[in-house]
Amino acid sequence: MAAEALGWWGVPLGIFAGTLRGSAPFLFVSLGECLTEKSGKINLGLEGTLLTGAMSAYAISYLGAEKWGVPSALSPWLGVLVAGCAGMVLGLIHAWLSQQPKVNDIAVGIAMIIFGSGIAFFFGKPFIQPKAPQLPTIDIGGWSTMPAVQSALKISPLFILGVFIAPLMAWFFKSTRWGLFVRAVGDSPDAALAMGVSIKKVRMLCIIAGSFLAGIGGACLSLYYPGIWSESISSGQGLMAVALVIFARWNPIQCLWASLFFGGAQAIGPALQAVGIEQGRYLFNAAPYVLTLLIMIITCSPKKTLSGAPGALGTISG
Amino acid sequence: MSTRKYLYIPRRQVIRGLLATAAFGATSKLWTGCASTPSDTQAGAGGEASPVSDKPLVMGFIYVGAKDDYGWNQAQAMGAAEVAKLSGVKIVEQASVPETKEVQEVMRNMIEQDGATILFPTSFGYFDPHILQVAKDYPEVQFFHAGTLWKEGLPDNIGSYFALVDEGQFIAGRVAAMTSKTGKLGFVAAKPINPVLRNINPFILGARSVKPDIKMQVIFTGDWSLPVKEAEATNSLADQGIDVVAMHVDSPKVVIETAEKRGIYSSGFHAAQNDLAPKGYLTGTAYKWGTIFKNYVEMIQGGKTLMNGGIPHQVIGSLKEGYIELAPFGPAVSEEAKKDAEDVKAKIIDGSMMVYKGVVKDNTGNVEIPAGTAYKITDPKLTQIDWLAEGVIGKTS
Repeated sequence: MAAEALGWWGVPLGIFAGTLRGSAPFLFVSLGECLTEKSGKINLGLEGTLLTGAMSAYAISYLGAEKWGVPSALSPWLGVLVAGCAGMVLGLIHAWLSQQPKVNDIAVGIAMIIFGSGIAFFFGKPFIQPKAPQLPTIDIGGWSTMPAVQSALKISPLFILGVFIAPLMAWFFKSTRWGLFVRAVGDSPDAALAMGVSIKKVRMLCIIAGSFLAGIGGACLSLYYPGIWSESISSGQGLMAVALVIFARWNPIQCLWASLFFGGAQAIGPALQAVGIEQGRYLFNAAPYVLTLLIMIITCSPKKTLSGAPGALGTISG
Repeated sequence: MSTRKYLYIPRRQVIRGLLATAAFGATSKLWTGCASTPSDTQAGAGGEASPVSDKPLVMGFIYVGAKDDYGWNQAQAMGAAEVAKLSGVKIVEQASVPETKEVQEVMRNMIEQDGATILFPTSFGYFDPHILQVAKDYPEVQFFHAGTLWKEGLPDNIGSYFALVDEGQFIAGRVAAMTSKTGKLGFVAAKPINPVLRNINPFILGARSVKPDIKMQVIFTGDWSLPVKEAEATNSLADQGIDVVAMHVDSPKVVIETAEKRGIYSSGFHAAQNDLAPKGYLTGTAYKWGTIFKNYVEMIQGGKTLMNGGIPHQVIGSLKEGYIELAPFGPAVSEEAKKDAEDVKAKIIDGSMMVYKGVVKDNTGNVEIPAGTAYKITDPKLTQIDWLAEGVIGKTS
């Protein structure tokens, strides 16, 4: 009975499981980008940060367990930490460059995509083949006798962490003094300056913290799902997550929903094909993008600009 | 305004500067590798690159991805490592070279700087226009490309080599059918194109030659390397009670590892992947490019070349020629299945058993190969396969 086919139930289960498995990278990167953009800067380079994070997490997890004698339960966590730190280094570069006079942060971001992925590919060569210890999972599917359900409910602790960070960040923006600084710097730098807040420092910290989160997002990819390091591991997820922030109207809670939605959408195509629905599989595979466009069209209004956008977003510092 | 002042550079100075740069570029041979000035370097390079007997034979290998990806590139790189051991051979390698102008630069560099006289650009997309272009500029250098793309009328110094996997996958399909408990197989494929269909179809034909009612669900991910989608596909197949997954993607690592995590069996491709799934790996078709490469080296050291007609322009083979092999059997494969696989292998090699033998129907019921007809796997008719065989659940479009 345990191995019985799920039939049609496999589709919702697949999408649900795909949501739990695949949305963590989106979540971390979009939260990181949300923080960055709230302070008025855009960091497109998070795609590169994601790859660097994935590579360094995998490398450290492998080296730790195999070469340095770190217990294999601990070395993936070390990898996560190092991934975050690697992200911070890239974030520091972006923060420094993009705040130079007359520097466009989009252009710097594109450069950072190339730089970050280049770094990851360069140092990642020896780690494509080895197997690194993976992060443990929290199994909450023990009540079910069906292996499919059990496997769907193997949840990554990082995902849970991300789910907690989202409301925390919303609260941070809304109710804390520092959150006010970030919003002030992003919405009206002049006002922030009048408050005596250093625009540069706030932005620098926001970009670095955001990149830390994106680096951890990379660790989700390489140490949890799909759990390998390869050069095509991100397949553009970092860039999609940056777009997600606009989709989520710069609101961390909505970032969470949007990430879940995108994570689940990745599973639609394979889940439907597994029950034999072949028609329009290209459309199903494009589902996340089609849905984004649809929602953008439905929610847009010719009468007002995007609500929630930080006022100084993308302005070039003189 | 104020910015104009320090940015102002006299026009004459600019022109002078440009002229000086152009003159320097023209006189120095600094940019010989660039595609814009191939005619300059062609003659000199051709003379230098002509084979000198006491020098080692320099062979250049170019891969589209990393060379330890458990996939196509690793298989090629393992072949390269085998020839590197031969005496009088030196190899130069470059990995992660995209199928763009960059590969032309890499080829030119290997010829000019490393003195390579034999090149193996191993990715499908390198051929047209990149190899064709560079081969014209260096008529003394021999280019061997993995595929079946060489045609009459193309430059004389290009050859194609290829290994057909149909027979290997046929046997792997039999092993899968004998091991499966649920009677449901799964296949994760990149795109519904002929080489992929010629992996899927032999697999199901083999499986059905053991269990005539077995079914196989195929999932097309849409591209060669989409790790997340491949993992999703494998998970979805496992959810449907499928207990053997085979694949045709660039790097089978994700599919095999995901299958192992789900506790189901996997049948590999490209290279032996036993250590990725110590419990669930059954077997799979692995390329043995080393055999082909060694043959080439032998012929070249014997003075034969593509240009003088000593080396055939198209080299093609399968089990019999030793161009492919079955990966070592995993622990889940029964003794009976192992023995059967060896028997079938022997029969295929001596020609008493064929993969494409009528009646073969496609999965909509059309007869594709009528009774009494059988195709050798080198038959050009097989390159036109655009259907999925009976028993496969899926569509090519």
